[in-house]
Amino acid sequence: MTPAGQIGQRTASGEDGGEAGQDRRASEDHSAGWVAEALRAHDELTAQAAAVPNPHDGRTKGSPQPLPGTVREEQVLERIDRARRSRPRVKEQRITMSHGAGGKATRTLVEAVFLDAFRNPLLEPLEDAAQLHVNGSRMALTTDSYVVSPLFFPGGNIGDLAVNGTVNDLAVAGAVPLYLTAGFIIEEGFPVDDLRRIVAAMRDAATAAGVQVVTGDTKVVEKGKADGCYINTAGVGVIEHRRTLGVAQARPGDVVIVSGPIGDHGITIMLARGELEIEADVTSDTAPLHGLVAGLLAATPGVRAMRDATRGGVATILNEVATDAGVCVVVREDDIPVRPEVRGAAELLGIDPMYVACEGRLVAVVDGAQADSALAAMRAHPLGASAAVIGQIADDPAGIVLLKTAFGGTRIVDLLVGDPLPRIC
Amino acid sequence: MKFVDEYRNADQAHALSAKIAALCEPGRHYKFMEVCGGHTHTIYKHGLEDYLPESVELVHGPGCPVCVIPMGRVDDAMHLAANPDVIMTSFGDMMRVPGSQGSFFDAKAAGTDIRMVYSPLDSLKIARKNPGKRVVFMAIGFETTAPSTAMTVLRAAAEGLENFSVFCNHVTIVPAIKAILDSPDLRLDGFLGPGHVSTVIGCRPYEFIARDYGKPVVVAGFEPLDILQSIYMLMLQLAEGRTAVENQYTRVVPWDGNIVALKAIGQTMELRPYFEWRGLGFISHSALRLRAEYARFDAELLFDVPGVRVADPKACQCGEVLKGVLKPWECKVFGTACTPETPIGTCMVSPEGACAAYYNFGRLSRQRVKEVSRS
Repeated sequence: MTPAGQIGQRTASGEDGGEAGQDRRASEDHSAGWVAEALRAHDELTAQAAAVPNPHDGRTKGSPQPLPGTVREEQVLERIDRARRSRPRVKEQRITMSHGAGGKATRTLVEAVFLDAFRNPLLEPLEDAAQLHVNGSRMALTTDSYVVSPLFFPGGNIGDLAVNGTVNDLAVAGAVPLYLTAGFIIEEGFPVDDLRRIVAAMRDAATAAGVQVVTGDTKVVEKGKADGCYINTAGVGVIEHRRTLGVAQARPGDVVIVSGPIGDHGITIMLARGELEIEADVTSDTAPLHGLVAGLLAATPGVRAMRDATRGGVATILNEVATDAGVCVVVREDDIPVRPEVRGAAELLGIDPMYVACEGRLVAVVDGAQADSALAAMRAHPLGASAAVIGQIADDPAGIVLLKTAFGGTRIVDLLVGDPLPRIC
Repeated sequence: MKFVDEYRNADQAHALSAKIAALCEPGRHYKFMEVCGGHTHTIYKHGLEDYLPESVELVHGPGCPVCVIPMGRVDDAMHLAANPDVIMTSFGDMMRVPGSQGSFFDAKAAGTDIRMVYSPLDSLKIARKNPGKRVVFMAIGFETTAPSTAMTVLRAAAEGLENFSVFCNHVTIVPAIKAILDSPDLRLDGFLGPGHVSTVIGCRPYEFIARDYGKPVVVAGFEPLDILQSIYMLMLQLAEGRTAVENQYTRVVPWDGNIVALKAIGQTMELRPYFEWRGLGFISHSALRLRAEYARFDAELLFDVPGVRVADPKACQCGEVLKGVLKPWECKVFGTACTPETPIGTCMVSPEGACAAYYNFGRLSRQRVKEVSRS
């Protein structure tokens, strides 16, 4: 009840800065369980590190001189690398919004819970779509759920998103999308007119993408148990070429291309919620990418991988490339296309456009020798008109995405932690 | 983009970098503290250290709003939020700050009504919409955010709103700087003054640093060129044997501060006799609470708040990092037990925290960066 509480045994003096940290009356026993667990894991790692001879450790035994700062920094960084490579574990007791954000927590959840339970060679690559071999032909299968809020936004609604998102997951797997399923979870009281508008948008998007919705499901839940309408779609497509695509195929000398300006969808959704009192002339980029992909694949035998830059944005894809292929991805901030409106809004909100979702943009990794033809093929398609090479693949340091900033410095680009924008798609 | 790109110009950065290098006395090592976490973020986000000679070292200071919130205050806030009548509202940065029983995010996942707001005025809106609930705003931050809390309290008073209150954790920067100056374990050559705080308090409050401690201060803006220019201004003072408070961020910071904002703070808040800072301990007259006239908006008086001091986990060295004694990577648990996903210490939480900035942007030794940049 009293300001600063009953903690006044200590003398309050400006001089004691730093000393109070010594007060250990209440220490670990007050900490949540995971802190103790994290510290245990830390001790294990430290013990492991001690067991392995350190390449930087040129000292003779019995002469414990302090290491020069840079060498010590390298050692710390190696320890962190080891920690990041260790088996993912979900430390939380409950699901938080971070688990749905597409960043580190999502990856940990998928690997530690889903992959752990379902593990099989088809699932293991964790690509956007699984590749199946059926009677000698190759198929791609994918599924995605859509919970975007608001349901209607400039440039589209949850309906186009549900079709385009699944079409794109098939397209970037190198498949020609054929059939979709549609499952609806609808909240009691939802206006039928709104449902019609959503379904009409789905029909139009399916027509544009050349796919048919061939089966579906409808569930209605009590008021308050869902937010209007959620949609799940699954899709199958056929893979007509013989190439192996996947982010693990990236190798030094390759280039990284994005198909257009990034971040439009995420910023549109964020502004459409009306919580920020910022207005900007942006619309969602939701679009089917199958035509763009077909043009790129036809013109460029050296396409290694494609991903559509949805949740987690371009930065997340680049990290997947770096991790799965064991390479370094070097991108130049100046070369990454971002609309001024998006950049302005992101700057105001303190968000990096590299992490903002797109719904009609892909990132391709292409053999460096074919960069020009790949770029020309993409630019020949309306959805790839402002395609750009944003970076290269290098070999070292492996597993890292480096950004050469517009300012002329260099920094790393990591997976996103936490969730600046939930329910973006 | 206008008003941004001109402060990120690489050519000008090279020119400033050369001027800074020219001022370096051979054999001398320079250590400047950027007080504000916003500066730390800019330095790492733009790779600014690539422009500095090796003899110029930047030390990260305590000016990160969520980093200095002690565990006990987080626990108090969680206790408040657990009240079934309460809707707790907070800035996004606060959501992942660990208390002894987890963070706001964990409590939210367990069913506690905690909402993220972008402005304290959003909390007022929530209060108006939920007359049957008691809405508490978790107020954090330095003098930068205190005026908006003050204006919100004044608005609530004018409207006669009865279901809104503030859990006030506002702190003031000058006592923290003084604590660092008095701390025996750090030798600094000067300070990059906090730009945003100074838009409110102006530059005069730092005069004692130059006068009594003989250290130069340059109030700095938040774009990378602002920071480089400010470092140059500090180096110039040292080279010319001067120590003064200078204002690099003149386009935003008036020398005397923002009188209207200061009045709003003064009208609604007063200094606490002392307040605990995470890692720095108790510092006298370093934080604000609501004045008695506004007691009806003071969550600490309206609710039963435990007010128990909780020590940080032993392994956490946030205090040393906040004082600039340790580099983030020198902390025992940096990057292994303590990561941005599961932070143990506050410095790993906020994008302005030195540890999070280093982990997310800089986690690569300068030597390796140079090798890659050349290739």
